[in-house]
Amino acid sequence: MAVASVPGAVRRFVDSDVFYSFRRSKVTMAAAAVTFVIVICSVLAPWIVPHNTYDVRSLNLLDAFTPPVWIEGGKPQYLLGTDDQGRDVFSTIMLGARVSLLVGFCATLFAMTIGVFLGLVSGYIGGTTDAVIMRVADVKLSFPAILIALLIDGVARGIIPRDMHDDLALYVVIFSIGISNWVAYARTVRGSTLVEKNKEYVQAARIIGLHPLTIMIRHVLPNVMGPVLVIGTLGLAGAILAEATLSFLGVGVPGTQPSLGTLIRVGNNFLFSGEWWMTIFPGVMLVILVLAVNLLGDWLRDALNPKLR
Amino acid sequence: MIAFVIRRLLQSLIVMLTVGFVAFSMFNFLGDPINNMVGQDATEAEREHLRHVLGLDQPFYIQFLVYLGNALQGQFGMSYRLGMPVVRALAERLPATLELVFCAAGLALLVGVPLGVYTGLHRDRWLSKVFLTLSLIGISLPTFLIGILLILVFAVYLGWLPSFGRGDVVDLGWWTTGFLTVSGIKALILPAITLALFQLTLVMRLVRAEMMEVLRTDYIKFARARGLTNRAVHFGHALRNTLVPVITITGLQIGSLIAFAIVTETVFQWPGMGLLFLQAVQFVDVPVMSSYLVLIAFFFVAINLVVDLLYYFVDPRLRADRAVASGHG
Amino acid sequence: MQNEPLLRVDGLRVEFPGRRGTLVAVDDVSFDIAPGEVLGVVGESGAGKSMTGSAIIGLLEPPGRIAGGSISLDGRRIDNLPYEEMRRIRGKHIGAIFQDPLTSLNPLYSVGRQLVETITTHSDISEKAARDRALALLQEVGIPAPERRIDQYPHQFSGGMRQRVVIALALCANPRLIVADEPTTALDVSIQAQIIALLKRLCREHGTAVMLVTHDMGVIAETADRVAVMYAGRIAEIGPVRDVIKNPRHPYTVGLMGSIPRMGHDAERLTQIDGSMPRLTEIPAGCAFNPRCPYVFDRCRVERPDRMAVAPFHEAACWKYADGVGHA
Repeated sequence: MAVASVPGAVRRFVDSDVFYSFRRSKVTMAAAAVTFVIVICSVLAPWIVPHNTYDVRSLNLLDAFTPPVWIEGGKPQYLLGTDDQGRDVFSTIMLGARVSLLVGFCATLFAMTIGVFLGLVSGYIGGTTDAVIMRVADVKLSFPAILIALLIDGVARGIIPRDMHDDLALYVVIFSIGISNWVAYARTVRGSTLVEKNKEYVQAARIIGLHPLTIMIRHVLPNVMGPVLVIGTLGLAGAILAEATLSFLGVGVPGTQPSLGTLIRVGNNFLFSGEWWMTIFPGVMLVILVLAVNLLGDWLRDALNPKLR
Repeated sequence: MIAFVIRRLLQSLIVMLTVGFVAFSMFNFLGDPINNMVGQDATEAEREHLRHVLGLDQPFYIQFLVYLGNALQGQFGMSYRLGMPVVRALAERLPATLELVFCAAGLALLVGVPLGVYTGLHRDRWLSKVFLTLSLIGISLPTFLIGILLILVFAVYLGWLPSFGRGDVVDLGWWTTGFLTVSGIKALILPAITLALFQLTLVMRLVRAEMMEVLRTDYIKFARARGLTNRAVHFGHALRNTLVPVITITGLQIGSLIAFAIVTETVFQWPGMGLLFLQAVQFVDVPVMSSYLVLIAFFFVAINLVVDLLYYFVDPRLRADRAVASGHG
Repeated sequence: MQNEPLLRVDGLRVEFPGRRGTLVAVDDVSFDIAPGEVLGVVGESGAGKSMTGSAIIGLLEPPGRIAGGSISLDGRRIDNLPYEEMRRIRGKHIGAIFQDPLTSLNPLYSVGRQLVETITTHSDISEKAARDRALALLQEVGIPAPERRIDQYPHQFSGGMRQRVVIALALCANPRLIVADEPTTALDVSIQAQIIALLKRLCREHGTAVMLVTHDMGVIAETADRVAVMYAGRIAEIGPVRDVIKNPRHPYTVGLMGSIPRMGHDAERLTQIDGSMPRLTEIPAGCAFNPRCPYVFDRCRVERPDRMAVAPFHEAACWKYADGVGHA
């Protein structure tokens, strides 16, 4: 039964407006392809990178500051050159993108979970609960996410003992980015919930005694997934940027597992002495990744919003 | 009108109290303030004494009231790291940040609004598509990277502009300004562009979206049907109607510019509050962190208030029926 | 009808290119409007009547476009004019009134400003003179205390009052034709009659012709001189209002009349047309009405009927009248 319905679902998808607008936009297809390649490379990075830069023993300090291969002095085994510790820049970028994506995905998922949950609760229960949640959202919204993330990071530094700091830093970053981005989800979901709540089928479900949580998840949630997906995609781009910014400021992920932002920060110290490749290549990678995800999000928003078509 | 303003002031007060409470809690729970003030070898009796002198043995709410009272008088404690009053440290840095932020905001608006209007009106021209593509790249470029690229090009390779610092400043007693010297203005250019670029793309995309929305409305169609000139329809009727959301966002953006200045100031080693705050975060300098938070909150609240008042001048619906307006700000 | 018509629409075709092929919203529509005449255009929503009105004032929403036929005002073609030239005609020679008075006025400008702006756009008079004219117009459309009201904003007017302002705006350059698209649909029933009466009186006084687009046969009966019945983008029947109402020829018009209660016929059952108008994507071959038509025969399913005369000045697009008998 389930097997038989799969081709039907695929067919419906291929026939749908969303897929049509996807096929019509070459830019979107390119963005999807780029995102796909980067994600795959990031997931497989530890097994496919030419040099495992996490392994300190494999580093050769004599190879430090090697320029990219097409510039005089470049070495064939270091395609994009090496950094101050002799690490292969190409490999650090792949591993760095992996960290950036990991943090971005986790933070977005975290923000989405909190936001959707609070939005559902706020819209479904209403009353004081709703008022409190929305007030908090208002106050939160008036502060830029980056400031909140920085503050949380600072607070975490104060609470967490120094020796555990590096181990927990990744989680702190994920938490601080996630917690500063839930409002958009909550507002959207709340709005849709208010509309759905009063429809007859929800009333009926309530009368037959379904648990409110069941009603919310089974009936209300599917109706708000479109906008949530759009916010999530654009949010992913935002989260990757936020992580890069925090790491650039030196309060993000620890230096032992450098993300793209960390790489740019380290490279920035050598910008004036002419070793531009340590900064520029991770920077280009970051921009390509974020741009591709943003393009996907933009397209998704237009495709799901028939008014703009 | 007066009722509306009072209502808004009350809301602002609640926001400030909330933020004050958060700041106070940070102050109290992040490590033991006593530890930060006395040496390792202080006796328990000395600690108790200091605790009593500082009022830290008082009930929680009394401490909060004392904190608020001090805050109102401009006393936010001493910076652990700098060993000077936080207020003085912030006041020294405030002019640098504000000059940077206002230049960036001006740049973002002066360029972003016209571009948004143009791309909204002429959706299908190739120039619009170029601007749109650039804007998408703009929102995908992190601020710090823009700064680095600008430094690389204009400071390292071309050597036209300085890459860090504020240049020579003139001390006016209560304010230090970089506007009055050539080196001050030169130093301002790159940081201001860096900070403005992201906001510029946001403003442009917002104005464009609003413009397209308004151009679809019935009153625009009716204005066209009356044979009004394109100029009157676009700039008289349409643009005016996009102003309300643009004002809102601009207000919010100025606030977030102050926060984003943290990044720009780091890249350019700009001696402003953001750099101070970042250093405070790295050194867990709680008094500076919490005071900065309160200060930012104050800016936000003030800007929002101004924004609300601006609505009155733009939208007659708010001007006329006051009672209704205060319900849906 | 001996005179040269004020407006002549000839074979008008409006298309919407879309992803699943091109939609034909208006197909081979022809009619005339004489100076001072009121032509009612009636039909269900989606029949193409509003689209015809938009095409006449040259404000089809993209991607909609005129794909064939011509529109002439006073013998001069206006469907292919550059935007700027058409703009000078809009408002000055052809006015327009839209459905919803609540959204037709710019909320941020006083009604006076909107009137003055429109007047000065079309005639070379001073701001002061334009304001006097605006006051006179407000008076004329029945707005009490115009001196006080002129500087107020749209939200301070009720729906009926706003539609009066809209009428004043449409009339302020003394156009010779007004395209009124469902001018009363959004209003309270109690106000509808007043607005229709006002529109009718003003147009008679100014000698303005009206193309009155509506789905309300009652409004047409009361106001129009002639009526065109549209169905699925085409004119099914056109003729003098009394003839069409008393003696409808096209089966669709017959059905339409049958669904309106009439005074003195309480006992008579109201009839209803089965089914609904086809979507523009799936208009059947032959006569578009054939799936719902009680008199359908083979030819209707294959060949599309043109309009043919059924009585003096009265035409219907139905194969029933193909043999020229007509006067059933």
